[in-house]
Amino acid sequence: MWLFALPALLINICIILVPAVLTFTAAFFIWDGVGMPVWAGLANFQNMAADPVFWSALTNNFIWTAIFLTVPVCLALVMAAALLMAPKARIVVQSIIFLPRIIAVAVTGRIFQGMIFSPATGVVAWLNEHGFSISDPLADPDRSLYAVAAVDIWHWWGFLAVVFLAAMRQISVDQIEAARLDGAGFFALFRYVLLPGIRPTLTLMLILTVIWSFQVFEFIFIVTRGGPAYGSEVLATFAYRHAFFEGDVGQAAAAACVMSLFGLCATAVYLWLQITDDAQST
Amino acid sequence: MIGDRWSRTFALGLIGVASFSSLLPIVLAVMNALKTTVEIGSNPLALPIQLHWENFSSAWRNAQLGPSLLHSAEVAILTIVMVCVTATPCAYVLARQKGKLWRFITFYFMATITVPVQLYLYPLYFIFAKLGLVNSIPAVALIYTAMFSPFAIFLLRTYALAIPVALEEAAQVDGAKPWQTFFYVILPMMRPGLLTVAIIVGLNAWNEFVIAVTFLQNDSNVTAIVRFYNLTGQYSTDWGEMLAAAVTIVLPIVAIFVLLQRQFIDGMTSGAVKS
Repeated sequence: MWLFALPALLINICIILVPAVLTFTAAFFIWDGVGMPVWAGLANFQNMAADPVFWSALTNNFIWTAIFLTVPVCLALVMAAALLMAPKARIVVQSIIFLPRIIAVAVTGRIFQGMIFSPATGVVAWLNEHGFSISDPLADPDRSLYAVAAVDIWHWWGFLAVVFLAAMRQISVDQIEAARLDGAGFFALFRYVLLPGIRPTLTLMLILTVIWSFQVFEFIFIVTRGGPAYGSEVLATFAYRHAFFEGDVGQAAAAACVMSLFGLCATAVYLWLQITDDAQST
Repeated sequence: MIGDRWSRTFALGLIGVASFSSLLPIVLAVMNALKTTVEIGSNPLALPIQLHWENFSSAWRNAQLGPSLLHSAEVAILTIVMVCVTATPCAYVLARQKGKLWRFITFYFMATITVPVQLYLYPLYFIFAKLGLVNSIPAVALIYTAMFSPFAIFLLRTYALAIPVALEEAAQVDGAKPWQTFFYVILPMMRPGLLTVAIIVGLNAWNEFVIAVTFLQNDSNVTAIVRFYNLTGQYSTDWGEMLAAAVTIVLPIVAIFVLLQRQFIDGMTSGAVKS
């Protein structure tokens, strides 16, 4: 029976576990990726603590987490409740709002750059011609992070709504019907029946949001590369830049460790939930 | 019917706005893919006056989309095959075996689902560079296999858990060896799960960015996504051609999505919905 699990386990250990352990080790070395690593003690962490870009990147990760714990979650919850009330529209609309999730991030990023944010060819350009005065948010260090977050929200919230809708449909119809007969309006139904009914799903998605928010990389790297002036830099782009553009793998590894540390607390909660859930189902 | 008239009107209004905003960037991309750059510049929201299909042919030619799409397909198919071959038997034993060690392995696979790429990317890259595996499509597929197989294992495991143990016992009584039981009893019953796994893994491999852009650096072997990324930038000028390339890369995915929506949505939301 051992042999059945061996190939998957072996590939996973070689590609993920061993390099992950090496990353942890590399954080204590000065290493350019090619030559011999030199022991550095805590120097990488000290350099990082002295680098203002690291702190603004970390702050941006916290801002990102706050945005994604609220905006897409609220949108998705209200949308799921609305779809629950409109069974005829459900199947088509569900597919429409899910669609952004299956489009490659690289493509989505470019479409938003060109068709939405661009002051020459985008919706922003059109608005400027029609009486508004909006500059390119991607060129503004104070707004670029929020502009990229908007792209990620577009890509993410519909998927979340579909997940919440699936969870809401598991709530018994009798319970909803009883609340309605008691005179519950939309808000009361939402607050006292639907929300408690999907609590386990909601909790899981919030924990995953925290984990993913500290890993966020693709959208930021593709749309702004962390710029302008490090305005949208997060830990992942900080690490990638150090490893591949500045040849400082030790520094990158240290940043990756800090990143993982923040995700780790959320991961512990996630694993605990999964394990208790798993014990019930088997 | 749930809700009073007012809340139903509110719901329908919300659904309208939501569908519109989900579709707007996609519609703009398709529309402008058929316009000249001058037309896009003068009004990006206008419908094309003439359909400039030549954007597609010039994108195909200039961006060398043909070979890169082929590489994407190659990576996706290799990954699908490797994930299915390794994850299916693994999912089966994890569903059947009890005990501390097996619980620990299950736990380990769960943990790797949430591990950031960044935690293993850097050493992996320099190890692969040393082994001469950078710019190799099978090597990228191998990394994808490690990344996507935990998801596949947990999805297939729920299928395996649903198969009655009595079936295997009957096969054992008839003298079947474990591998025979697996091939002739278990595998056929996991087929619907394998279809879902193949779709989701294929989608992820086709769309993946970080690993592809890091490990594939020669124009002669990049995937379509990397090719597209390298050719375009924030300050691109020929948006018509660029959007035509974007539409070409996304079209196969959308076509499969339209045909197999159930598998897409069930597969991607699996594990997220708790009861």
